[in-house]
Amino acid sequence: MTRTLVIACGALATEILAINTLNGWDHYELQCLPAKLHLHPDRIPDAVEKLVLENRDRFETIFVAYADCGTGGVLAARCKALGVEMINGPHCYAFFEGNQAFEARGEVTSFFLTDFLARQFDGFVWKPMGLDKNPELLELYFGNYEKLVYLAQTEDVALTAKAKEAAQRLGLTFERRYTGYGDLVSALDPKNASAPRPVPG
Amino acid sequence: MSNEEDDDLILSELPDDELVPQMHDDLYDGMADEIAEGVDILLERGWEPYDVLTKALVEGMRIVGIDFRDGILFVPEVLLAAGAMKRGMAILKPLLVDSGAPQLGKLVIGTVKGDIHDIGKNLVAMMMEGAGFEVVDLGINNPVESYLEALDKENADILGMSALLTTTMPYMKVVIDTMKEQGIRDDYIVLVGGAPLNEEFGKAIGADSYCRDAAVAVETAKEYMARKHNQL
Repeated sequence: MTRTLVIACGALATEILAINTLNGWDHYELQCLPAKLHLHPDRIPDAVEKLVLENRDRFETIFVAYADCGTGGVLAARCKALGVEMINGPHCYAFFEGNQAFEARGEVTSFFLTDFLARQFDGFVWKPMGLDKNPELLELYFGNYEKLVYLAQTEDVALTAKAKEAAQRLGLTFERRYTGYGDLVSALDPKNASAPRPVPG
Repeated sequence: MSNEEDDDLILSELPDDELVPQMHDDLYDGMADEIAEGVDILLERGWEPYDVLTKALVEGMRIVGIDFRDGILFVPEVLLAAGAMKRGMAILKPLLVDSGAPQLGKLVIGTVKGDIHDIGKNLVAMMMEGAGFEVVDLGINNPVESYLEALDKENADILGMSALLTTTMPYMKVVIDTMKEQGIRDDYIVLVGGAPLNEEFGKAIGADSYCRDAAVAVETAKEYMARKHNQL
């Protein structure tokens, strides 16, 4: 039985499982919180804490596969208080591109999609923003953006077409950038000191 | 709140004590045309522009704000309500200038450098204006120089800074630290807001107050201005 738990955002589930398959990793068990928590980032720290406390007795180590994700540092503080590690960086799109590279670009007027968000554009962007019912809000939400950047984790023609269509719907120019899994791989790599490591058990 | 009965309502036939609550409902439902019509009707009936603003529009938005805070309304609904209020304010604004409406103070506001998300900032600016503050809106992506120049040039009382991103919110401290270096920090009330911020962050960077939403920003600004006047 594995004694390491990774608590991840549901938006990363497919990617984490793919990384495990690619690397032949089975050194941790994965539990995901609903990706929809991103619509209310203030709820993420409590949800993570609840899962950590529920599993603390069952696992030797717990790793949190979330970046800051709009919590304004609160998630990092909570993880520190709980004594668990988490992923560095502001958002998943930053660590997919690589946190340093993402910061260096300093793209202020770009709106980012990952594979997950391209796949779930309607459920995670269009509808929660009320654009299905009130398209007149588009300018209020996206008027200051210029470009939609699709940070692709995989080579997927159909997904690229979906991302391009999303850009058109938002009235933004489109750019596709292949990132692969970026810093998420090293964050989960057992060779990394702060990553979830196998615990003999 | 809308129902079939509302669709048949003729606003001009409602007495004042029914029209104003109806406008609150229309604002709640984001019905901009009906709000504009209601404002016109009240003005025709001899209402002071300031009373129309405060009793019909600001009070309506106050209810919207409460339900947003309580998780009953979400951002899209608030934006539609704000759009309706904006339509009403567009009618009232030119009339308010000469009507002797109280001026509570002057606010310079903008999103910080690197941040283009202005929905919250725009809501605060509108509600502050509705509450009687003069608002100088610097827009988005403001470096420290823009804030300082505007504060000085406009002889402002309050600086409002807004950020949506975890990566941009630390810039607020850059602005406040620069104000300290120049010896002007205590000349202004500094209010900060934005989704990832919290009270602890506001204190840590040296702001006077963190405001979690537009309604709180208005109340906080009023309190600080009252204290300021008491000190004079």
